Amino acid sequence: MEHQTFGGEVTIPHAAPGDDSKKRIWKTTIILSVITIFELGIGYLLMFTDFSSTVVMVLKGTVIILSLAKAFYIVSIFMHLGDEIRNMTMTIIVPLLLFVWFIIAFLADGVSWKNLRNEYSPNDPVKYEQKAEPVQEGHEGGLK
Amino acid sequence: MAHAAAANTKWWSGGKSPFNVEYGKLMMWYFLMSDTFTFGALLISYGTVRMSSISWPDPNVVFKSFPLAGHANLPLVFVSLMTFILIVSSVTMVLAVHEGHHGNRKGVIKWMIWTIIGGFAFLGCQAWEWNHLYHEGAWWGRNPFPNTDGTLAGANFANFFFTITGFHGFHVFSGVIINIIVTIMAWKGVFERRGHYLMIEKIGLYWHFVDLVWVFVFLFFYLV
Repeated sequence: MEHQTFGGEVTIPHAAPGDDSKKRIWKTTIILSVITIFELGIGYLLMFTDFSSTVVMVLKGTVIILSLAKAFYIVSIFMHLGDEIRNMTMTIIVPLLLFVWFIIAFLADGVSWKNLRNEYSPNDPVKYEQKAEPVQEGHEGGLK
Repeated sequence: MAHAAAANTKWWSGGKSPFNVEYGKLMMWYFLMSDTFTFGALLISYGTVRMSSISWPDPNVVFKSFPLAGHANLPLVFVSLMTFILIVSSVTMVLAVHEGHHGNRKGVIKWMIWTIIGGFAFLGCQAWEWNHLYHEGAWWGRNPFPNTDGTLAGANFANFFFTITGFHGFHVFSGVIINIIVTIMAWKGVFERRGHYLMIEKIGLYWHFVDLVWVFVFLFFYLV
């Protein structure tokens, strides 16, 4: 593979003819499409079937994991982050670990907010909604 | 690629670019990282409010229409179309970048034009959906759709939907504009004179990011 230098320091990859990067693009396209179709299948499954709330949570978790897989393929293959120097990749990826805290803390906060309002603020609309429909069992208990 | 030689190279011993990335491309990556936090904050606040609500409107009831299909009940169909449009335009963009690596000006222009068409198709779909929801009575501050449990819903659902898909649509729109600009530049031979098509790579990063955000908008608004 030949290289062209840029500003004397940075090398710019120029693909040699007959390299397999085009094959990799098509393979990734097929993977992304198949995952999306699979996700839609789960979406329809959730729509037309009455599962217990545990099964609904598992299916929704599966869809979320599949989406993360899609994100991985887009970033590492289409955006070529996997081909960059590892140190550079890490300066992008490591700060994103903040999301671990971010998601857990805020979603937990949402749940606690709901509980606190129900407990201490009887005139709050949330309480009102609950009074209108006291039964909250079954498959509606998930993220809905 | 440069990666192959990287294993035994002392990148930090001075005299070379330790990340071996051109300035603009590195800054595009850091911009995208900060944009990830912006979209992340929007989606997480949506999740927080949704978690704090007893019940929430059912996306399969809200998004069940398809253009020219009248009152047919077609949940998930239109958004699937939008998702595939974005995936396809992402592929045409990566093919444009690929042609850029080969220094093939005609190939770059061809695939960039397909990418622009995909971007416009997506924006058209979004405009239709917004218009449709608006005529059903949904807008910022107004939400006609009841909760899953049958109770009346507040405006949170519509507020988050229009804010987040609007912010994403704004990204798609600016992406299409920049795509058009770089396509004209490629057509005029600017990149050929420069000797590289790095600009196509940089806008390609932005365009893939827009697709990436849609993966999560699609997931959290339409699927779960």
